[in-house]
Amino acid sequence: MKVAVLVTCINDALFPDTGKSVFRLLRRLGVDADFPAGQTCCAQPMVNTGYLDEAVPVVRSFVAAFEGYDAIVTPSGSCAGSVRHQHSVVARRAGDPRLAEGAPKVYELSEFLVDVLGVTDVDAYFPHRATYHPTCHSLRMLGVGDKPLRLLRNVRGLDLVELPAAEECCGFGGTFAVKNAETSTAMGADKARHVRDTGAEVLVAGDNSCLLHIGGLLSRERSGVRVMHLANVLASTEEDA
Amino acid sequence: MTATFVGMPAFPEAAGKALADTQLRRNLAHATGTIRAKRAAVVGEVDEWEELRLAGAAIKDNTLRRLDEHLLQLEKSLQARGATVHWARDAAEACEIVAKIAHAHGVDEVVKVKSMVTQEIGLNEALAEHGVTAWETDLAELIVQLGDDLPSHILVPAIHRNRAEIREIFRRSMGDAGRPAPPGLSDEPAELAAAARLHLREKFLRARMAVSGANFAVADSGTLVVVESEGNGRMCLTLPEVLVSVVGIEKIVPTWSDLDVFLQLLPRSSTGERMNPYTSTWSGVTPGDGPQELHVVLLDNGRTRALADEVGRQALRCIRCSACLNVCPVYERTGGHAYGSVYPGPIGAILNPLLKGVGVDEQTDSLPYASSLCGACFDACPVRIDIPEVLVHLRAKVVDAHREGAPKPEAVVMKSAAWLLSDARRLGLAERGLGVAHSVLTRFGRRVLPGGRRALGRLPWPGSLWTNARDLPAPPRESFRAWWRKGGRP
Repeated sequence: MKVAVLVTCINDALFPDTGKSVFRLLRRLGVDADFPAGQTCCAQPMVNTGYLDEAVPVVRSFVAAFEGYDAIVTPSGSCAGSVRHQHSVVARRAGDPRLAEGAPKVYELSEFLVDVLGVTDVDAYFPHRATYHPTCHSLRMLGVGDKPLRLLRNVRGLDLVELPAAEECCGFGGTFAVKNAETSTAMGADKARHVRDTGAEVLVAGDNSCLLHIGGLLSRERSGVRVMHLANVLASTEEDA
Repeated sequence: MTATFVGMPAFPEAAGKALADTQLRRNLAHATGTIRAKRAAVVGEVDEWEELRLAGAAIKDNTLRRLDEHLLQLEKSLQARGATVHWARDAAEACEIVAKIAHAHGVDEVVKVKSMVTQEIGLNEALAEHGVTAWETDLAELIVQLGDDLPSHILVPAIHRNRAEIREIFRRSMGDAGRPAPPGLSDEPAELAAAARLHLREKFLRARMAVSGANFAVADSGTLVVVESEGNGRMCLTLPEVLVSVVGIEKIVPTWSDLDVFLQLLPRSSTGERMNPYTSTWSGVTPGDGPQELHVVLLDNGRTRALADEVGRQALRCIRCSACLNVCPVYERTGGHAYGSVYPGPIGAILNPLLKGVGVDEQTDSLPYASSLCGACFDACPVRIDIPEVLVHLRAKVVDAHREGAPKPEAVVMKSAAWLLSDARRLGLAERGLGVAHSVLTRFGRRVLPGGRRALGRLPWPGSLWTNARDLPAPPRESFRAWWRKGGRP
């Protein structure tokens, strides 16, 4: 199986370590994945803000970049959801069905590990107290269920504590975070409070966009809580400790 | 009620005001949290809930597909039962029809069953202009009316009020509207309800005309249906001589067996009850029993516009349960007034633009953006309205409506981003700037994030939109792409 990684634009530009962690993790599990250099973005920022015409060339480049692969893995529930559920909208706009059908199936990281590779123990080591926030799009758009938690429960050394009101949105919401900044931060402040209440050192989630938001609030509050992508945790081993 | 939503600011501004009201936020968090838990419990009891949702959606979709036929059948069945059927294109026509009926009977007051559609068309205000007073008889609507306030929730319009505030409203305003509040009224819920009961009883017994909406209209039998909790509806529907029911044309269900599905979906989704206390059904006129004149006003007011929208038409399945409001993290924090409409929350964010059209006013155009697209509303919706899908669809319509003329800063940003993101080479070149940004901004980033990365504090506009409340990690030394190109491998 020829596997490609959609690193995503935000990880590419702001969180390259998450991209590196995905490759490190996949290699450890015997998957020789590729980074198609033509990739940029899934076009979600344009689609979700209403700029469909602008999304068309972005999706076109997406389809071209991933041509010839059997599967795409991405460390983002939101970007996976965007490809699976929104590219058809862009395709309709462009009158070009290839924009929806041209790319291989996209799996969010935990889906790929659990459903495709059939592993829930990735031989990771992360000796910290952590809590997990299920991001909205992985939870409700993709329906990943407890796959990320099953993976985390098998991480050696990890003290996983439950996050109160975990399934409630953190308030990021893409451009919502700036178009409705006050509402967004009001939601995020409650999420940050729940995180602090757990006493966890680390907040884990499957989307760095949400973590950018929650982490920004936790940092402003000087909470001392670190935010970390699921991929970074799963890639960690004794060598990192 | 003289308060009105007309002239409300766009959502971000209205939400900002609401967010600053800590009492309001406490009231809302408490109330939505309670209903949310009740709903989850009673929905969890039904093993075939998903099948019921699918059935509800399918019945509504099939009905809407042949709406014209069903409406004509409803008209015929109603007429056969002795009702007079009126057709209203818009709010003004509907209000005019109701006012004319009131004048024909020489009444100067009507009692009202809680109804969303009559609020949508501003019936109370229109009747007032014709010298007719409309009395709300639902407890929460009474609180809103006496408080000269606006409803903030579909099911519980006074959700933004706590019991101390309600006591104050009753003591202050009941006397002006009829029987005053009893002396020494406390804020005990039972005492407040008793005061409302005494106040309203007078009106039920005196009024000669009632106005209702309908939760459902059964086409084959010509039956209108109202579900309620307090019994005030039953009073209005049985005591006065004349009954006028204003019904949106999407309220139709073909048969009683279709109704069965919705009577299971609605109470569990709205009040979190297995069954609502009162279900009233009426078909035409029965000599010597109940109202002797029944008028049914079938209302469009934008519904055919919504029906013409291939993606948006699913919003017409809505049975006004308000489950989407109760689970919405945005609604929970801003409350309903911020949406500037009698239809607040996620459903309001799609229904208002669908009924009114986009590109007309800034307030309506702001509504599809009043969501983080978290999807909790879609999960809770008993008729499976994919609200996030419709929100995104409407955002595109808003953007398209403004494509002519000078582009907004947002449009410039999006166009530039699209240009950059449609070619990996361009993006790669742009990302080379990260190294410079890294060395410069890391120096400015005084804060250090747990884990050692530098963070940026407050930035000037537009960065301030992010950094007013949130720190921002300083850019990395190089992009993933650059690292990979160099042959970097884990």
